[in-house]
Amino acid sequence: MSAEGKAIRPAATGYIGQPVPRPNARRLLEGRGRYTDDMVLNRMLHVAFVRSPYAHARILAIDTEAARAVPGVAAVVTGRDIAEICQPWVGVLGHFPGLKSAPQYPLAVERSCWQGEPVVAIAAETRAIAEDACEKVLVEWEELPAVVDMQTALAPETPVIHEELGDNLAFGLELKAGSPEDAFAKTAVVVEETFSFGRHTGVTLEPRSLIADFEPGERRLTVHHATQTPYQMQDVYARHFGLDEEKVRVVAPDVGGSFGLKLHVYGEEMATCALSILLGRPVKFVADRLESFLTDIHARDHQVRARMAVSAEGEILAMDVEDVTGIGPYSVYPRTSAVEGNQAIRLMGGPYRMPNYHGVLKVVFQNKTPTCQYRAVGHPIACGVTEGLVDMAARRLNLDPLEIRRRNVVTAEMYPHTSPTGYFFERLSHEECIAKIEAMMNYSSLREEQARLREQGIYRGIGFATFIEITNPGPAFYGVGGARVSSQDGCVMKLEPSGRVRCSVSVTEQGQGTETVMAQIAATHLGVKLDSVTVLTGDTQATPYGGATWASRGAGIGGMTVLRAAQALRGKLLELAGIILQRGPETLDLREGVIVEADTGMARMDLAELGRIAYFRPDTLPPDFHPDLTVARHYVPQGLPFAFTNGIQASHLELDPETGLVRLLDHWVVEDCGTILNPLLVDEQVRGGVVQGLGAALFEECLYNEAGQMINGSLADYLLPMASEMPDIHVDHVSTPTQFTPLGAKGVGEAGTAGAAAAVMNAVNDALAPFQVSLAQMPFTPERILRALGKIPSS
Amino acid sequence: MDPTFPITLTVNGTEMVREVPVRQTLADFLRQTLGLTATHVGCEHGVCGACTVRIDGRIARACLTFAIQCDGAAIETLEGMAESGKIADLQQAFHRRNALQCGFCTSGMLVTAAQLLEENPRPSREEIREIISGNYCRCTGYHAIVDAVEETAEARAKSEPEGAR
Ligand code: FES
Ligand code: FES
Repeated sequence: MSAEGKAIRPAATGYIGQPVPRPNARRLLEGRGRYTDDMVLNRMLHVAFVRSPYAHARILAIDTEAARAVPGVAAVVTGRDIAEICQPWVGVLGHFPGLKSAPQYPLAVERSCWQGEPVVAIAAETRAIAEDACEKVLVEWEELPAVVDMQTALAPETPVIHEELGDNLAFGLELKAGSPEDAFAKTAVVVEETFSFGRHTGVTLEPRSLIADFEPGERRLTVHHATQTPYQMQDVYARHFGLDEEKVRVVAPDVGGSFGLKLHVYGEEMATCALSILLGRPVKFVADRLESFLTDIHARDHQVRARMAVSAEGEILAMDVEDVTGIGPYSVYPRTSAVEGNQAIRLMGGPYRMPNYHGVLKVVFQNKTPTCQYRAVGHPIACGVTEGLVDMAARRLNLDPLEIRRRNVVTAEMYPHTSPTGYFFERLSHEECIAKIEAMMNYSSLREEQARLREQGIYRGIGFATFIEITNPGPAFYGVGGARVSSQDGCVMKLEPSGRVRCSVSVTEQGQGTETVMAQIAATHLGVKLDSVTVLTGDTQATPYGGATWASRGAGIGGMTVLRAAQALRGKLLELAGIILQRGPETLDLREGVIVEADTGMARMDLAELGRIAYFRPDTLPPDFHPDLTVARHYVPQGLPFAFTNGIQASHLELDPETGLVRLLDHWVVEDCGTILNPLLVDEQVRGGVVQGLGAALFEECLYNEAGQMINGSLADYLLPMASEMPDIHVDHVSTPTQFTPLGAKGVGEAGTAGAAAAVMNAVNDALAPFQVSLAQMPFTPERILRALGKIPSS
Repeated sequence: MDPTFPITLTVNGTEMVREVPVRQTLADFLRQTLGLTATHVGCEHGVCGACTVRIDGRIARACLTFAIQCDGAAIETLEGMAESGKIADLQQAFHRRNALQCGFCTSGMLVTAAQLLEENPRPSREEIREIISGNYCRCTGYHAIVDAVEETAEARAKSEPEGAR
């Protein structure tokens, strides 16, 4: 078949920027997704866990005899049994000096340190049998005093959770820039508040799941795993079980949401692999929802005492913050639980010109579920504190909240700019974003309406949050600290004999549209039609090694590997075509999958013909010419430790002072992620992120009693945002491409979550302004609002 | 081992007889016994809606229903609805509008939305939000789902001549 005869013009930007729907979503819409729990392997066993009923307790004895006798049970193992084949881990990083944690085992060995910590694992023919057998395990406990309140975790009378560590301080940090003392001493206005950010959790709709399948003959371990980071898990499994790295294969099938939750090392996952290794049979673990609440990482749980110095003209002069955050009994492996606090105190005041800063961070241990990185790590804390104080200052100075932001943001002529905490901004677009949101939401008429309604006893509030977001992290994030977490990524691109293209890439898909965006980039830079590219992700055996997907790095970093591979393959294909057509490759071009004459666009041959000759008739090519029809390229993020994005959000809501209920009316976002690769996907990333932030602002909180027991660990008790409570979310963009990559794309996964809660907080306080009260403790539940209003007694 | 009982039921139009353990839920029966894995399990306590199916024409939680309760019932799952072609327009609207990300909520969401559109062919955005409130989605923020359902309703209304209903 030949394509000779027609002329094809070069494409301007190809598929970049097109709102392409996701081809892989079709399968999911037919109910043909393949999630981990949908898979069944021969002789597969199911695991269930006996868990600690106490927040802190010593294990005196474990009697597993009755459990072993249950028909259908294949194995009952304790912490000691598994410790024999699995190295313990310690969640520390070299670039967090002083960060400490204790060795952690898949199952608790001597003590349990949080309610829900796994203690005994049982593998059986069905999950029901395994659960029945769990009931028959007798554990003799000695309950120990639990450290529950993070504010007293460091007090001398509080017991130390890990004696060998000396105290309950996991990590401490102090930052100082300029002379904040002077600024506070001399300034006109100081605003001050203590902000609380409730402990919440990720709640992926698909719970954590895996099937470990060990083949004893060659000591090969295959793990089908709902994970964001297959390579990191390959490394962890190989090192901790003493297996050869290349014999460990981690495959992520369809993953039902991740949000940062599915990249940590969990005891249950390690125990499941251990059971498979011990038994030589596949073993499946799927967390049930109650287990998820007790053992998925939690997040946030910060209390921040903060003040801001502001001049009479509304100029932000300094901030002084002290952030105390409770992370549970261990720093989570391998990324550690110090990262959220570290980012929180470094991101404070980030959008503004503020010259002076003092920040103190105390990361403390407590006997609750471990916390770790979840979507927008640290950002909502920094954004909530900064934006809350900015609004307080505006109110004090009688300035409009948009106006005070306009006066303080880093302006166009100041870039490149370095923040007082050392963050480097290539070029952000705060002014443009403010202007855009003001028009988009019709700000002035909204204010008029608000004033009118107030006279009728209707209390509406408008709140803003300016934010910055860390994306495209490089090796500075984990690698320099000694964690084997890759910051580079890779792509293998191959011409199929049919002329179609297969692209295997190390970034992964959990529904954000990674595969679609990679196909858009491949098709554009190779010069083929979008539907002739198929992208493969999520299998350590079939894709190059890489960091995969976290911290909004998939599109920006993964995209660059694909771009580099596409350009390389294109060169190879043109070289081959030049030999076949007996002309210089520089006179040829590849457009829409057809080799054309570069100057006229005249079609000469399509890729199917090229593939046919190269693969099946290489005898017609010159001697010693070996066409390379598969290329591999990697990409290391260059120039900056991370690429910052920015934006602004606004919330419009109505607050009922009689019931304390808040109704969200509208939400607006203007954000700048640089080059927009696919606007359809970008907007939905923003919306999804916003709703997770709205959940934090109004509903979500892991509640504990004094004994360290979580008291709302079910979906009926832990409130998630539902459709009827959520507003329409209006999204628009400013686009400032990064100059550090030809793609120009930055990340967008966390922008929504970074600022949404702060915008709601400011809107709630705007609605409450006529009552002279304000709130700074998230979530803003009806009860807290009524207490603030004095309608019910304060606790 | 659990005692089992025989049940006779229709699943996606096919009549069948199966032995089911007494404590097996309909969700597990569909997923594990029949291999119909479109029905997802997100909470097993009736809140998230991922397991939504139709039992005798009404949407129901497959995680709160025991398989033995379905003796004599007609069950419809997303697989059956999708294969019948009757929600093809709704599926396409979800696709065009990117009203799904991870897809874990999507089966339940489609089953619920299909029922809504049968009962209320021109729902307002608020009505759509109200009905799908029994189906949690952690990825999309719901806006796109509301758009897709609204779009389908509008398209159906246009294609049906006035007064045909
Ligand atoms: S699994 Fe049935 S409602 Fe959640
Ligand atoms: S698309 Fe992931 S839960 Fe709805």
